[in-house]
Amino acid sequence: MGYVPIKGGLKAIEAAEELVTYFRLRGGSPPLEAEQIRDQLRLAVDRVMGEGSLYAPFHAAVALKQAEGDVLEASFILRAYRSTLPRLAYTQTVDTREMRIIRRISAAFKDIPGGQLLGPTRDYSLRLLDLELAEEGTTHVKEFLAAYTFRLDSINAPLGLTFPKVVDMLRREGLLEEPVGGDGTGEIPDITRQPLLFPAPRSARLQAMARGETGGLMALAYSSMRGYGNIHPTLGELRVGYLPVRAALEGKGKLVTVGTVLVTEAEVIARMDGGGKGQQPRFTLGYGLCFGHNEVKAISMAILDRAMRSTVKEAPAEDEEFVLYHTDGIEAAGFTAHWKLPHYVTFQSVLDRLRRRQENQGKNEQKEEVTGDGPKDEV
Amino acid sequence: MAQRTRYKRGYNFAFLDESSKKELRRAMLKAVAIPGYQVPFASRELPLAQGWGTGGLQLTMALIGPEDILKVIDQGSDDVVNAVNIRKLLVQTTGVATTEDTQRATLIQTRHRIPEEPLCSWQILVFQVPYPEPLRLVEPSEAKTREMHAEADYSRLWVHLYEDIVRWGEITIGAQYPVMVNGRYLMDPSPIPRWDIPRLHMADHLNLFGAGREKRIYAVPPYTKVEPLEFEDYPFRVEDFRGKSCAACGSTSTFLDELLEETTGKRTYTCSDTSYCAKKRAARD
Repeated sequence: MGYVPIKGGLKAIEAAEELVTYFRLRGGSPPLEAEQIRDQLRLAVDRVMGEGSLYAPFHAAVALKQAEGDVLEASFILRAYRSTLPRLAYTQTVDTREMRIIRRISAAFKDIPGGQLLGPTRDYSLRLLDLELAEEGTTHVKEFLAAYTFRLDSINAPLGLTFPKVVDMLRREGLLEEPVGGDGTGEIPDITRQPLLFPAPRSARLQAMARGETGGLMALAYSSMRGYGNIHPTLGELRVGYLPVRAALEGKGKLVTVGTVLVTEAEVIARMDGGGKGQQPRFTLGYGLCFGHNEVKAISMAILDRAMRSTVKEAPAEDEEFVLYHTDGIEAAGFTAHWKLPHYVTFQSVLDRLRRRQENQGKNEQKEEVTGDGPKDEV
Repeated sequence: MAQRTRYKRGYNFAFLDESSKKELRRAMLKAVAIPGYQVPFASRELPLAQGWGTGGLQLTMALIGPEDILKVIDQGSDDVVNAVNIRKLLVQTTGVATTEDTQRATLIQTRHRIPEEPLCSWQILVFQVPYPEPLRLVEPSEAKTREMHAEADYSRLWVHLYEDIVRWGEITIGAQYPVMVNGRYLMDPSPIPRWDIPRLHMADHLNLFGAGREKRIYAVPPYTKVEPLEFEDYPFRVEDFRGKSCAACGSTSTFLDELLEETTGKRTYTCSDTSYCAKKRAARD
């Protein structure tokens, strides 16, 4: 009797799930606490919240634990969890001028109003593997925190300031284009409730990129920077900080602050634009904003935002369909993984075509032997 | 309210919230009203990966009621891991009864096959669709393909098929063979084998197609013309199983899976529709 390779699916799945738990725990080390992941794997949590499209640090930490550190998988878990939550209200548009800054730099000007604030960055740290971290204990943590907060108190550190924006300054001087909005109606489409259609309004493009996969956005933005449609970006301002989020909740007439989110915002000043008739040439702006502290993503997003506005589309990064259809990590990873599913039927079907082609070719070759001038195959 | 206790707590019946289901049903009604036309919808993320049947699953979730009898198949089989997984999610969130018997099911979700037994007017067949756009073969841009559909401009696909014949002596498309629906819209029937295409034509049942990742829904309503693209001198042909039969039930009239026996290297065949095969064996014994 023929062997049937696909029976017993349920038992196999259950056994596989059990094995996953075993592989996660078999080292026997103490289990990771969600709080530890949230606090100490801060940037991984931020990435999962951004790509999972849900601002929930604790849930993102649990998802990372569940996914054994696989950021794509954790983002997927959070995205699926998001689907079960009701949409209670739309928040008021946030104004990033209100941001309580923890980091803010400009590559365009040395001297910006409010000054450059390096904040928590490892940009200028030498990437030497720090083996001392392997020895880090709770006493180290306590000692460091006590000494650091004591110093903070004594100098009255100005954390949580708000700053004027570099782009406002440029606009006042007429050097930068005015903001380019959505479709003019003031309505912002919600891409989780309305399908993304092309050509897409800029607001929809930015929403799609805000939940895009960091690596995917970076690869396409990098292609643009390297020369496939270079828009010559200068980082006008990069800021990281906390933003209050306000919404008018049902039953309450007035706006309520429902929480604070950490975001990264990038504004890229790019290639000048001739402007309309009778207008002065001006710089154009690319904009990026994402959940959490993720500078590569915000910068990539800003570059792609600008690249997609190019009037002549010459490079992949300038084609909105190309960028938006291929940078959602959850979609791309899901489809990439789906090739592991059985394709017996489709394969059988192409096998039938191939055999038939081989047969046809065999016949042609026979004919050729007889007549000597059969049709030549171009392959 | 008895069914309340039958499904997983903390989740709405059939996982999706009611307003999402309503949106899906509206899109399905539009799809039925314009056979073969791809209706865009805002696909939701499910606890199943995109590319693994989330489109079909959302349709099933929007359609299913507590009295439904559900069948889920993949590659014609009820027991493939992905079918098991999808069935598990639906049962956990609805508590509905399931069956492997095609003729008992009210709602059938499938990947890559149409069951061998003919379906009746009270049955709905939901397809999982990876690529909803039949013109993607010749045009990568979605904005352009939508325009081509609007203008019923399918010339580039016809040329593609013609070139196939010039180059290979025959149309080389295996599964997922493009069809014309109701004489108007060109449609991707999902990666079903050519074997299943004739069974979409003037069928008694409703066919619904859901592409989750690509966010499109389309339909072939009952008694609708479904014609594979073909040329007069190069007619459409289904897969060739002449001279072959199922090693388990002996069937010579079903789509067969080819199996290679490891030890002997012998090639055998079994029905791809495992429940039909089991039924036939039971009737014989």
